[in-house]
Amino acid sequence: MTSELAGGQVVIEILYLIASVLFILSLKWMSSPTTARHGIWAGEAGMLLAICGTLLHHGIIDYKLIAIALVLGTIIGVPLGRVQMTAVPQRTALSHAFGALCVTLVGSAEYYLRAPNISRFMMSVLAIEVILGGLTVTGSLMAAGKLQEILPQRPLTYKGQNFVNFLLLAGAVVIAVWLVVHPDAKTLFPIMILIALTFGVLLIIPIGGADMPTVISLLNGYAGLSAAAMGFVLDSKLLIIAGALDGSSGLILSIIMSKAMNRSFTNVLFGAFGQVLTAGAAAEEAKPVRSAIPEEAAAILSAASRVIVIPGYGMAVAQAQHKVRELYDSLSKRGVDVRFAIHPVAGRMPGHMNVLLAEADIPYDRLIEMDEINGDFPQTDVALVIGANDVTNPAARSDSSSPIFGMPILDVDKAHTVMVIKRSMNPGFAGIDNPLYYLDNTLMLFGDAKAFVGNIVRELTGGQHS
Amino acid sequence: MSSSSSLINALFIFVLAGFIGFEVIRRVSPLLHTPLMSLTNALDAIAVVGAIVLVGEHKSQLSAIFGFIAVVAATSNIVGGFIITDRMLKMFKSSRPATKTAAK
Repeated sequence: MTSELAGGQVVIEILYLIASVLFILSLKWMSSPTTARHGIWAGEAGMLLAICGTLLHHGIIDYKLIAIALVLGTIIGVPLGRVQMTAVPQRTALSHAFGALCVTLVGSAEYYLRAPNISRFMMSVLAIEVILGGLTVTGSLMAAGKLQEILPQRPLTYKGQNFVNFLLLAGAVVIAVWLVVHPDAKTLFPIMILIALTFGVLLIIPIGGADMPTVISLLNGYAGLSAAAMGFVLDSKLLIIAGALDGSSGLILSIIMSKAMNRSFTNVLFGAFGQVLTAGAAAEEAKPVRSAIPEEAAAILSAASRVIVIPGYGMAVAQAQHKVRELYDSLSKRGVDVRFAIHPVAGRMPGHMNVLLAEADIPYDRLIEMDEINGDFPQTDVALVIGANDVTNPAARSDSSSPIFGMPILDVDKAHTVMVIKRSMNPGFAGIDNPLYYLDNTLMLFGDAKAFVGNIVRELTGGQHS
Repeated sequence: MSSSSSLINALFIFVLAGFIGFEVIRRVSPLLHTPLMSLTNALDAIAVVGAIVLVGEHKSQLSAIFGFIAVVAATSNIVGGFIITDRMLKMFKSSRPATKTAAK
C-alpha cells in the first residue's frame, strides 16, 4: 500500500510474477498431447517458487506448524493422485471441495482478524469469496458422493425446489449486504456461511449422473472465482491470476458441456438442470429388432474396411476398455481402419472417455471428436456402439417431441451397419427410447460389454490361427 | 485512497488474466480436458500461499487453526493434482511409429 516496497517484498513479488508466467505457460502447453507434460513441469516450478517466496514473508514466525501442515497435506495428496482412472471424476470433485475449503477458511479467518475495520469493498469481496467457496465445498462433496455412489445417483426433486434454493441464496446475499454496511455484526458471519453450505447441498440434490460433466465443470469455475476473490482480499496478484485462469477454464468447459447436452448456459449457471424426464416410458410396444451372436459380429467386422467404435460410460462401467483395445489390435492387424468417436459428454467429466481409452493403450490420434468424425459415418462400414445410448439417438435430430431433441449426437445411424452392444432392451439412463435400435441396418448384440467384446476378439484371433 | 487504486489494479489483473485464460484454454484439445481440469485444480491450490501466511503469522488461535486446515487441504490438491495429471498425460501415446516427437 505504500509506494516503497521493502527489499524482501520485492523479491517475493518477483517470484510471484515468475510463477504467474509459468502458470500461463503451463496451460498453454496443455494445447497438445506432445507438449502437455512440459505444462506440468512449468506448473510445478511455478508452485515451488510461489511457496518458497511466501515462506520469505517477513511476518512469518511459526515455521514448524507450516511444515507439519505441508507434510500432512502431502500424505493426503499422494493417494488422491493415485486413484484409478475410472474414479477421476469423483477425485476431481473432491479436490474442488478441498480447494474451496481452503478459500472459505482463509476468508473466514481474515474476517475475524480484521472484523470491524473492513472497507465496504473488502467486505463485499470477502462475502463473495466465502459464499462461493462455501457452496462449492458442500456442492462438490455431494457431487463426489454421487459419483462414488455413496449417495443415490437419482436426481431428487420436490415441489418448489428452485424457490427454496432461490430463497436461501437471497438470504445469504441479504446477510452479505448487511455485513457490508455493518461489518461488526460478527454473529451474522457464520450464519451466512451456514446458508452457503446448505445451498451447496441443495444445488446438487436434483442432479443426476448424466449431468455430472456440466456440474463438475461449473464447480471448477466457482472454485476458481472464489480463489480470485480471495486474491482481492489478500491483495495477491498471483492468486487473482490463478483464480481467473481456473475460473475461465471451468466456465469454458461448462459452456462446452452444456452445448453438448443442448442446455442453455443460463440454465446451467443457475443450476436449474437435472429435471426428471417423465416422457419416454410410454414407448412399450415391442418393435422388432435384429440381433446377432459374436460369431456373426466378428465376421461382419473382419469383412469391413472402416470401423468406428462409439464408446460410452457403460463401457467403463463394464470395465471393457482393455477388451476393446484387443479388438482394436486384432482388427488393425487385419488392415481394418478403426477409429473411436468421442462425444463431449461421454464419461462422467469432460474428456473422461479419452483418458479411459488412453489408459487402455489406444493411441490418441485414433480418438476423434464428434464434429470431426460425424461427416465420416456415411462412408463407414460398421459403427460399433459400446455402452453409449443417448448420444447416438437419432430422435435428437428428427423428433421434436423427444426430451433430447436438439442435442448434438453422433450420426451413427448413417453407417452401413450399426452394431450395438447392450445388456437388454431396457431404455437407457435418461429413460428415453432409442429408435436407432429398430433400424434395418442395426444389429443388437445382447450381453455384457466386456464378455461380448472378448468373444468377438476370440473369434477374430481364432479365425486367424486356423 | 491507496486502497481504491489497488482495487483498480486488482480488477485490471483479474480481467486481463481472465482474457488470457479464455484464449489459452479455448485452444486446449478436448482430448485433454480431464487432465486440464486436474491441472487447473492444482494451480488453483496456489491459495495455499494465503493460508501459509495465516499459519505463520499466528495472529490468533482461530486464524492459525483455520490456516492449518487450509494449508493441508490446498497442499493435498497440489500434490494429488500434479501426480494424477502426470499419470494421465503419460498414457496418451500416438500410433505413429516416431513416438518420441510426433512433430507434424
